Amino acid sequence: MSIVFSGKVWVFGDNLNTDDMYPGFALKMDPAEAAKHIFYEVRPGWTDQVSPGDIVLAGKNFGLGSSRPVAALFTVLGVAGLVAEEFNSLFFRNAVNTGLPAMTIPDDTRVFHEGDTGTFDLNAGTWRNDTTGASGSVPKLPDLILDIIESGGVLPRLVAQGYLPDELGDVLRSPTVAIRVAGSGA
Amino acid sequence: MGMTIIEKILARKVSCEAVSPGDTVVVDVDMTVLIDLQFATMWIQPNRIHDPDKLAVVMDHAVPAPTIKDAAGGRQARKFVADFGIERFYDVGRHGICHQVVAENGLARPGEVLACADSHTCAAGAYNTAARGLGPAEIYSIMCTGTTWFQVAPTVRYEFDGAKADAVSGKDIFLHIANEYGDAPNLNLEFGGPGLAGLPMHDRRTIATQCAEVSADFGTFEPDDVLESFLAKRGITGYEAAAPDSDAAYQEVRPVDLSKLEPYVARPGTVSRNGLPVSRLDGQKVDQAFIGSCANGQLEDLQIAAEVLRGKTVAPGVRLLVTPASQAVYREAMRLGYLQDLADAGAVITNSTCGACFGYHMGVLGPNEVCITSSTRNFTGRMGSTEAEIFMASPATVAASAITGYITDPRYVTA
Repeated sequence: MSIVFSGKVWVFGDNLNTDDMYPGFALKMDPAEAAKHIFYEVRPGWTDQVSPGDIVLAGKNFGLGSSRPVAALFTVLGVAGLVAEEFNSLFFRNAVNTGLPAMTIPDDTRVFHEGDTGTFDLNAGTWRNDTTGASGSVPKLPDLILDIIESGGVLPRLVAQGYLPDELGDVLRSPTVAIRVAGSGA
Repeated sequence: MGMTIIEKILARKVSCEAVSPGDTVVVDVDMTVLIDLQFATMWIQPNRIHDPDKLAVVMDHAVPAPTIKDAAGGRQARKFVADFGIERFYDVGRHGICHQVVAENGLARPGEVLACADSHTCAAGAYNTAARGLGPAEIYSIMCTGTTWFQVAPTVRYEFDGAKADAVSGKDIFLHIANEYGDAPNLNLEFGGPGLAGLPMHDRRTIATQCAEVSADFGTFEPDDVLESFLAKRGITGYEAAAPDSDAAYQEVRPVDLSKLEPYVARPGTVSRNGLPVSRLDGQKVDQAFIGSCANGQLEDLQIAAEVLRGKTVAPGVRLLVTPASQAVYREAMRLGYLQDLADAGAVITNSTCGACFGYHMGVLGPNEVCITSSTRNFTGRMGSTEAEIFMASPATVAASAITGYITDPRYVTA
């Protein structure tokens, strides 16, 4: 099993909340449309600049707020992983449960700058700034959590366990489908 | 080494002698609550679910349906509960905000584990329940499997002492704490101490609900006689409450002298290190005043607002919206005359819903408007325009502010 994500890093600050990423009015939209509103006020136009495979890196208390499936919305844009100095635990769980790799690096906004390329290995618990050469390690996540991420989140696991129809096995790995199956929270 | 409340509940659930911070545990969830928003998308019916008796479905965020998408979701929800024989279905008309419905119907029991796809599920911590708001995919998964996992976080304990003044509510206590101590991500919060006995259940609910606003994991209150009698009145018995051990290990114990507190207000954006006593906020004009939500739409909140507003009039240019937390609260507030008092003063009483609190319907804010709210969250854009400002305070302060048109300490308008 290997959960490594590597890509261009977008750097954000502290206390980014769920409404900054998934505003209430966007809950009325389809996921593809809603995803165009991520950081709509914090960094207007960002969703046109981000490319599949990019990484979102933030500071402290990342994702404070709602249960709404913000992490899943990032996968709609093709974001490959999240990194933060500190995650809100609900937001972190949402990332895990949607199969989006997430790593906590206590000083990440000091060692990464916007546009750097980073490589993050959840299994080894290591990271590297490929642009500057800086690297480090973090405590490894429990296997139970790594397994969920490796499965692509909880929904594909439910197919494997027979709770959801077999034919959904592959479709559920498509984020725009997965986000719709379980709906939203708030 | 002894255990905190949350450690004790989780240890029992995994039949372990003890759990400590850093442990990851897989637990059976005693009650899982699905909300209407979960059905308002594609919603695929599962092949099977774990146990229909451990499931509830509550229509709350978008009722009556403000969009076709939500109306279609209602149909999916009704089909789901019919197909799977879910008895605990709170459809429009016997509905309420899920955390109020949970409280009214005994779905949160001391010492047990509750999960729901709304971030304010920690509200049930007031009832000594390990309650967590989780994402919709995880709730879907628990619905199927009956289990989930938690990482045990360190616990911070708030030790209440003294008696609060009448004009001070749970909201004021929470806003004081949030201003004083800031965020608590990846921490559990525990509330107890000699001052707890004087704190009514509705104030505890407000505080527990708002633990989400400081980014905490679980927030739980110590069990006591006040809780026991609250539950007994609702026919809830046979539970095993979890009290903390006297030698429990806390990351920090923070004393709060309730007798020293006064009405508080949080400035727009966040409640964390962003508040001040209402008496020190000068001449802040408001356009909208909102009393409602899972935090402060309880019967006692409406009673407090009615007492402030009785015989008075909402200021010209101010809209006062009042949203009872459930249909049951609505009916009781009507029977007791609170709604009459509020409406006579110029308030708009809405049906029970999460509506205005999350900026979805029933009172969305426009650009450059200022709102004083007793609801849960004051993020930029939360209740509508990102150019609107949301101040947060108690129902008494919101009611007083609606009368004067400025954010006003309720002690200056009562009497």
